[in-house]
Amino acid sequence: MIAHEEKFILQVEGLKKSFDGRSVLGGIDLGVPAGSLFTVLGPSGTGKSVFLKCLANVLQPDAGRISFDGKLLDAEGRAGFRKRCSFLFQSNALFDSLTALENVALPLEQTTDFNNKEIRNRSLEALQQLDMEDFTQHYPGQLSGGMQKRLALARAIVTHPELVLFDEPTAGLDPLRRNAVFAMIAKYQRRFNFTALVVTHDVPEALVASDRVALLSEGRICFEGSPAQFSSSTNSIVHSFRDSAEALAASLSAIRQEDGNKNGNNSR
Amino acid sequence: MTLNIVGGFGDFALFAGKSLRCVTESKRLPPRIIRAFYEQGTVCLPVILIVGLFTGLVLGLQGYHVLSRFGSQGLLGALVSLSLIREMAPVLAALMLIGQAGSALAAELGMQRNTEQIVALETMGVSSHAYLVSPRLIVSLLSFPAQTALFVVVGLWGGALSGSMLLGVDSGVYWSSVEQAVEFRDLRECFAKAALFGLLSITICAWQGFHADRCRSATGARGVSAATTRGVVIASITVLVADYVITSFFI
Repeated sequence: MIAHEEKFILQVEGLKKSFDGRSVLGGIDLGVPAGSLFTVLGPSGTGKSVFLKCLANVLQPDAGRISFDGKLLDAEGRAGFRKRCSFLFQSNALFDSLTALENVALPLEQTTDFNNKEIRNRSLEALQQLDMEDFTQHYPGQLSGGMQKRLALARAIVTHPELVLFDEPTAGLDPLRRNAVFAMIAKYQRRFNFTALVVTHDVPEALVASDRVALLSEGRICFEGSPAQFSSSTNSIVHSFRDSAEALAASLSAIRQEDGNKNGNNSR
Repeated sequence: MTLNIVGGFGDFALFAGKSLRCVTESKRLPPRIIRAFYEQGTVCLPVILIVGLFTGLVLGLQGYHVLSRFGSQGLLGALVSLSLIREMAPVLAALMLIGQAGSALAAELGMQRNTEQIVALETMGVSSHAYLVSPRLIVSLLSFPAQTALFVVVGLWGGALSGSMLLGVDSGVYWSSVEQAVEFRDLRECFAKAALFGLLSITICAWQGFHADRCRSATGARGVSAATTRGVVIASITVLVADYVITSFFI
């Protein structure tokens, strides 16, 4: 759990982004405490991935300020930021023509001055820590979805980043695998002591695994707090997102009741 | 329309400039240089040999019948060699390499763009231009002239095969005519063309594949296919236009 005196490793102020005049992010303000597992929740299509890509400078924001470890991420600050931050893509974005070991070694080969032996040792160590040591010579296409996720995480942590951005890490997975992925993120976040910023729409898993959560709705952060605060919040947007399953049950119940009434009338 | 064309030229110039400028930014270049040599050299070798041989065979056949009208069959070697060295080898070799190596490059980069591999490189702090494009451009400056030289040699043997062995021109006369006709400036023109065609065509194909996501009318697999087609078509036309421009300077 995070300390009381919070030090924000990442701070976002007034972040705005629009596409073809359509506003996706309408001014996001957020602080991510150092060493925490911070989850940004939100329904699909609310701009969660756009938000994360703006942070990683994959997309250029229209307005706003992003600070990392107290330093503003301008053109100069970006170079240092990239060495201290990793991005885990929703699609994993693994290099399909490279083996698992080569995938993990690539960031070390291209961004450090380590010799070949050191790079190999560090890459093997990262793969071992994610229980992938038996698959070093496999290509991504030969691995299962869960293994690809672990391989992508191994590549993300091999440079010992201080911040890892996770873009919808559980998208398209069944509940068991969703749990496993969140457990993996929480486990390695604690083991390697990096700050994890996750965007997802999977509420139950996020609430269990996260230190803090925020809810993104219509391009703005409409809630930020602990998972317990999220669970007990009376905020109407939080309520509708959190209790969507209950709303669905109520809606289905009403439909069934209506159908029952119609059938009853017809049989008379 | 005009704005699009001018914008396209500008975008291409920026892409080429960035890719050439950031060669030194990339670490551990040799393995990727070797791979690029394999893609543009070894893989393309069969098509260069086959097309070179048959170009020479046809030149020998046509040249013999044209020259025999004037009783100048002895100049067959000069006709075949100058045709090959000045025009046919650099252009045909470039077109074959565009079809084989250029299309493969555009498709590969297009797929890498679609599956976010290029963005992933950028988020790691790795220059995608330096990592993916620069080695291919450096290699094109060497592989295209090398392949063109091979094309010329095989083409000359093709000409000798049809002219001497099939149509009866004396072999000594054929090779002597080749030796007397070819000057240093012909070879200089040939290799200058080959190097320029190589750089232009590989840059164009890489540029199209690298930005396969920009086409709004076709996305996903169709976007890759459209980018590959555009790359091959634009590169082929550019080679022919550049050939005319260079020839007009050298002649």
